[in-house]
Amino acid sequence: MRTFDLSTTSLRDLNRALHAVEAGANDLDFEILNPRGAHAVAVGLDAPLRVVARGSVGYYCAGMNARATVIVHGSAGPGVAENIMSGEVIVKGDASQYAGATGRGGLLVIEGNASSRCGISMKGVDIVVRGRVGHMSAFMAQSGNLVICGDAGDALGDSIYEAKLFVRGAVKSLGADCIEKEMRPEHRATLAGLLARAGFDDVDPDEFRRFGSARKLYHFHIDNAETY
Amino acid sequence: MAPRTTPRPSATFDDYTLSEIRRAAATGVYDIRGAGAKRKLPHFDDLLFLGASISRYPLEGYREACGTDVTLGARHALKPLRLKIPITIAGMSFGSLSANAKEALGRGATIVGTSTTTGDGGMTPEERTASEILVCQYLPSRYGMNPSDLRKADAIEIVVGQGAKPGGGGMLLGQKITGRVAAMRDLPVGVDQRSAARHPDWTGPDDLEIKILELREITDWEKPIFVKVGASRPYYDVALAVKAGADVVVVDGMQGGTAATQEVFIEHVGIPTLAAVRQAAQALDDLGMRGIVQLIISGGVRSGADVAKALALGADAVSIGTAALVALGDNDPVYSADYAALGTAPGAYDDWHEGRDPAGVTTQDPILAARLDPVAGGRRLANFLKVMTLEAQTIARACGKSHVRHLEPEDLCALTIEAAAMARVPLAGTNWIPGSGR
Repeated sequence: MRTFDLSTTSLRDLNRALHAVEAGANDLDFEILNPRGAHAVAVGLDAPLRVVARGSVGYYCAGMNARATVIVHGSAGPGVAENIMSGEVIVKGDASQYAGATGRGGLLVIEGNASSRCGISMKGVDIVVRGRVGHMSAFMAQSGNLVICGDAGDALGDSIYEAKLFVRGAVKSLGADCIEKEMRPEHRATLAGLLARAGFDDVDPDEFRRFGSARKLYHFHIDNAETY
Repeated sequence: MAPRTTPRPSATFDDYTLSEIRRAAATGVYDIRGAGAKRKLPHFDDLLFLGASISRYPLEGYREACGTDVTLGARHALKPLRLKIPITIAGMSFGSLSANAKEALGRGATIVGTSTTTGDGGMTPEERTASEILVCQYLPSRYGMNPSDLRKADAIEIVVGQGAKPGGGGMLLGQKITGRVAAMRDLPVGVDQRSAARHPDWTGPDDLEIKILELREITDWEKPIFVKVGASRPYYDVALAVKAGADVVVVDGMQGGTAATQEVFIEHVGIPTLAAVRQAAQALDDLGMRGIVQLIISGGVRSGADVAKALALGADAVSIGTAALVALGDNDPVYSADYAALGTAPGAYDDWHEGRDPAGVTTQDPILAARLDPVAGGRRLANFLKVMTLEAQTIARACGKSHVRHLEPEDLCALTIEAAAMARVPLAGTNWIPGSGR
């Protein structure tokens, strides 16, 4: 395992080393000490690395991740795992705004709470949040799954396309074109699989409700103008 | 019968206005169209060059050298762009444009040694292959956004806004969403695709600074970072983009094109390109960043004269969009019958969102798209870019300049008070610059 102490090593040196790992390399484990809220930690990874940050990180940690597993033993600032393509990002603490924004694949697990706009414009990523999420989460979410084990804030799933939202707690309000939908066996299976991948074995899939698009706003029509 | 006055149409309720009222009343939907502002606006045509005579000394046309190269993005990037001409191809999306059109743009730009730009919808392999120098747009919608494409690009352009619609998003109607377009955008086939008005994961200039840091880290500080804004408050927007760390700032005036936006937005939001140039350049001057951060101006640039005027007013380069599409063959009279069948005419066709472009440029219909040969289209675009460059050089030589970037405001005067005030050059035949206090 290679260790980078960000109190003595620059962010550039860290990310350069992470990007430099070549196909077939044996040493795929990295540890980051003293991240101290640094921005852009472990961004743009594109190898099956395992990166563990010991402490809280700032904006865009693990942004655009592909193939790597990034674990944050602390909280994450805005935009953690934004536009994630594949691999896994696990935040042991809380996440700020825009967690998993526009993510196109992979898995983001937040063991604490997430702030507003969690999963905004998600495009295929799976996001599992142990706690609650803030307002406008899954706004314009296109595909993928957002699992919220706690409560959801205002305007959940506003202008949602084909993403699936699973909520165990209360939903303060639903956004435009987002409705509660039937929880069929295939949805329960998907949810159970996501909870298992997140390691949330104590959470019962039967306690969730499913939300998704009413598909009334897929084509603009003037009679829907008051909905926008 | 008593004599009657000649029937007089209203200047306020002119034919177009009346037809739009009738259309809105019949359909209940506002008009959506492509292209940029169509009404008469103060523009580069309202400026004239002061060719050399005694007080200035001209260079010999066709004999003495006049350079045209420009380097973009040397502020921070390890690999700045080195272009042979100061004219680039603006971002236009695959989805809005056919794959053949995107390829043709790349071919044309490559022939003359300049760059082309992706758009909403991501980077296609054809586009990357055809374009020797390719700028990858990073857009609010993030359709097709892929970090591997950022690494394949030669520069990254963070699009904050477009001149046709500062503050607005877009709408690609479902009829243009084929399987390939839908797959690139992670949406179902045939569904209207909304392009967001704002980036989902940053909310202001301080966030933008951190976003730029992230993009630099992902691409190992190799790629120049452009920031593109629609012209509305160019002085402050340019200053904030520079503060956020941009290598290049792109300012797009309201004549800049769009794929599909509300007519009311195109014609009534933003400011003309001419009004934006000097304010944008002033911001660089005031920050002491002239020559460090480059300024690209776009929005209705059509000729070498426009290029020369934009450079004289402080731009380092210009971008063209609509003019490039026309060079490819869009709105060509050869398709007059097809345009008539659509209820329009060559030169006026702007319903690009409907996907029925007879020229095969703004469509996903395979039969129509096949009308555009990407090799021939690229050749036409290259010819056009060469002509624009020659025109700009001709003017620069006449003003005594050995490089087009040596053009300056003192080489210009204005035909109208409005243009003089916006461009901050004297009204022709006077020393008066409105608003200058002299």
